[in-house]
Amino acid sequence: MTFAKRLLIAAAAASLMAGAAHAHRAWILPSATVVSGDKSWVTIDGAISNNLFFPDHRPMQIEAIAITAPDGSSVKPANAAVGQYRTTFDLELKQKGTYRIAQANSGLSPSWKEGAETRRWRGTMQDYLAQGIDKKPGVELVATSRRVERFVTDGAPTPLKATGKGLELGGATHPNDLYSGEEATFILTDNGKPAANIEVSVIQGGDRYRDEPGELKLKTGADGSLKLKLENAGMYWLEAGSAGTTTMEGKTLKSQATYVAVLEVLPG
Amino acid sequence: MRDVLMLTVPVAMAGAAHAGTLELVVEIPKLNVAEYHRPYVAIWIEDASGKVAANLSVWYDVDLKDQEGEKWLKDIRQWWRRSGRSLELPMDGVSSPTKPPGKNSMMFDTALGPIAKLPPGDYRIIVEASREVGGKELVEIPFNWAPGAEAQGSARGKEELGVVTLRLTR
Repeated sequence: MTFAKRLLIAAAAASLMAGAAHAHRAWILPSATVVSGDKSWVTIDGAISNNLFFPDHRPMQIEAIAITAPDGSSVKPANAAVGQYRTTFDLELKQKGTYRIAQANSGLSPSWKEGAETRRWRGTMQDYLAQGIDKKPGVELVATSRRVERFVTDGAPTPLKATGKGLELGGATHPNDLYSGEEATFILTDNGKPAANIEVSVIQGGDRYRDEPGELKLKTGADGSLKLKLENAGMYWLEAGSAGTTTMEGKTLKSQATYVAVLEVLPG
Repeated sequence: MRDVLMLTVPVAMAGAAHAGTLELVVEIPKLNVAEYHRPYVAIWIEDASGKVAANLSVWYDVDLKDQEGEKWLKDIRQWWRRSGRSLELPMDGVSSPTKPPGKNSMMFDTALGPIAKLPPGDYRIIVEASREVGGKELVEIPFNWAPGAEAQGSARGKEELGVVTLRLTR
């Protein structure tokens, strides 16, 4: 690969990263993550905003939200409403165990130059080939995957089942078992493999009331492990991003994954 | 032919089955607040390693329709996390309605139930209270347990619990 091409890829990847990761923050906020009782409900907000966790920009798209019950079945959001700044829906917890509420999408993000302009596109591999974008001069292809998720547990937590797609959270500590002053051990995986040495950002909610953003910058270990010890109880926004390569239909291309989890830390 | 009724004479059990008592008095303070609700309280025993060895009592709104009182059990936070969330409530002998302000005493026969199964060692009795539109508080009393043991201890809460006293008698 020539130096120039390498620069181009780096630049494309960096600008895409800037677009995806730092523009605004996506989050899913349930009314409770630790629930007791037999006929319990939680109400959930989904939004993309600047402040944590105040909706002030865009609502999350309801179609992209998937809820998985402890037994693996899908649950439809109830009483869903998409408002100006946030999407709200209810979830009846009919089973005991851990529910996963996630918005996940993946696709291709090629970019190429037309004259002085950098053109970008998003879509599936099929459309990419069908529309001849792969023939564009100097096209750089990045496979992107993005997941924003949240967990709610009624009764005792049940283990998380990994999807094996993109970046995701697993490990010894269950996300609904977080207490202030206690160290949590997570493992981040990327397409099922340990996400080694990737950057993770953790920010406590309520940043409207602080001058400093209070961002904790961490890195996963070589085995994808992340040790997190949060002194204050509250809601935290966690974002991890990884860049690497992947193969799709015989082609090797750059891949980029983003993962966001909102974690509730209860008083220890 | 007449059936002969065989009477078995119970042999006195050696060692374990002492009819000792564990007496616990939990004081709930009288609070001067606009909206008062009796606290949800959980009382349990933990061993030296922090594992829950026995659940003694849980006071909550047992009589609400559709077991709605269970919705707030998770607010007895430490108990919920260490034991409550894995239990099937209501539990006979453990579930109880909420109690009023004042000294509430309980007696447990140490020869019965989970206490009888405790191996000798160091334990803590823990009382955790959570009050609706109010606060939360947890107190602990350490004690040493062995069959036929006697022990005394007390702890005092600051806001949501008053004096809690433990008496273990032979």
